[in-house]
Amino acid sequence: MFEFLIAPFTEFSFMQRALVGCFAISISASPIGVFLMLRRMSLTGDVMAHAILPGAAVGFMVAGLSIGAMTIGGIVAGCLVALLSGLVSRLTDVGEDSSMAAFYLISLALGVLIISLNGSQVDLLHVLFGSALALNNDALILLGAISSITLISLAVLYRPLVMECMDSAFLRSVSGLSLWAHMGFLVLVVLNLVGGFNALGTLMSVGMMILPPAIARYWVARLDGLIGVSILVSSLSCFLGLLASYHAAWPTSSAIILTMGAAYIFSFIAGSNGGLIKTLVAKQHKHLSA
Amino acid sequence: MILQFNNLTLGYDLHPAVHHLTLGVQRGALLALTGPNGAGKSTLLKGIMGQLRPLDGSVECHDIRRNEIAYLPQLSQVDRRFPITVDELVSLGAWKQTGAFGRLKMQHKKKVGSALEQIGLAGFEKRLISTLSGGQMQRVLFARLLMQEANLILLDEPFTAIDSKTTEDLLEQVALWHQSGKTVIAVLHELNIIRGHFPETLLLSRQPIAYGPTETVLTDNNLSKARQLNEAFDEQAGLCSHA
Repeated sequence: MFEFLIAPFTEFSFMQRALVGCFAISISASPIGVFLMLRRMSLTGDVMAHAILPGAAVGFMVAGLSIGAMTIGGIVAGCLVALLSGLVSRLTDVGEDSSMAAFYLISLALGVLIISLNGSQVDLLHVLFGSALALNNDALILLGAISSITLISLAVLYRPLVMECMDSAFLRSVSGLSLWAHMGFLVLVVLNLVGGFNALGTLMSVGMMILPPAIARYWVARLDGLIGVSILVSSLSCFLGLLASYHAAWPTSSAIILTMGAAYIFSFIAGSNGGLIKTLVAKQHKHLSA
Repeated sequence: MILQFNNLTLGYDLHPAVHHLTLGVQRGALLALTGPNGAGKSTLLKGIMGQLRPLDGSVECHDIRRNEIAYLPQLSQVDRRFPITVDELVSLGAWKQTGAFGRLKMQHKKKVGSALEQIGLAGFEKRLISTLSGGQMQRVLFARLLMQEANLILLDEPFTAIDSKTTEDLLEQVALWHQSGKTVIAVLHELNIIRGHFPETLLLSRQPIAYGPTETVLTDNNLSKARQLNEAFDEQAGLCSHA
């Protein structure tokens, strides 16, 4: 048992690094994902991941496989798309979904254009699928920093963000923080996606954000519970996924996301809070009064 | 005078939804705002809150800041599936004291309890808002208004899709606010409620039709004038040079 579960992490430092890195993303991306889910913006994660890709690619072209350059590129591209689409929708009375779609498509097309004009064959495979098993010190520091920034910002933004999600008209009536809560939140989404692509790749990092809350939702109802369970589920999935990838020699990002996928399917069937079985079987009901 | 509209025009995309409104609202007034759908009632409330910039004219608030106005938007604007409990939602009404970051003190928690009791929801503290009926939810939002302790209260269709018992209880609360000298402006469609509980009325049909004591405003003549409002924006209309 010890051999199977613990030994890979004690014997190989790349496994330790992968685990620490994944835990860092789990702790910060899960709460972000909870708010995305509650605002019915789960697909926004995907959109932002596409918006980031060109920025990362440009960073790669300028400085090669440097985490710093790719991260800065990704953050700049992602924040530009998030801020522009947010501003446009608030200034012109058009839904944020359409303005965000427009800007991410522009960003994606620009990225492709820049890459092809420069004629360099960028190895985007790394950006797309990441390399959790090759996290160096810089990458770990980056992940830790993003995780810390996210948690501190969430703690500060928590109350306005909850109000913005639930009743933004009320928030606007008592303070001018509505725009800040919304924009700050989108910037955090971008930061976490960028953080995730070092470990899991852009596309898979969306999964770290979206799947744990989707799983937690089938077990708990309250906001604090959702955040806590998401973090637990995410960390556990990373642990199991890394083990599977080690023992079966599967690609790490696929192994982690598929672990979450399996947990999701189990949860929506067996979940105690509105799962399939509970919904189908629950025929009992209570009297009107005791 | 707590509010003064000066030649106020509010609208969307150049088309006016409220057209050249000039009037003052007395401190302590209990004012019903009525008129057909699309008459600009909710728009006017948004204008008072500063959420919509006037196309022309201005709204003046006297001795009250914009963020000290308590505003109850239409019920449909609240995401009732959000996983938050009744007491958490009501405690957000203490924003003026706590701000975005301040701690919720014991006195606030006590006030939440007494607000819920006063509004008829004692014992609902730990319920998720997703489990409430429409009427219970409206009571919760009224409890949050109580927490705000505002001197000017704006209600947007507070009794739409609410049963008669709840409406009665909430009207009682409105009467209490009126007695304690607060100014209340409510968007309403139910004429019998207006006649029974609101001394003053503004009948709006993009243009102000009538304003004053309710019995002189809600006459057959005025009501039929308001109904003649052309609901569609006229794309051919020229630019207004009324000012």
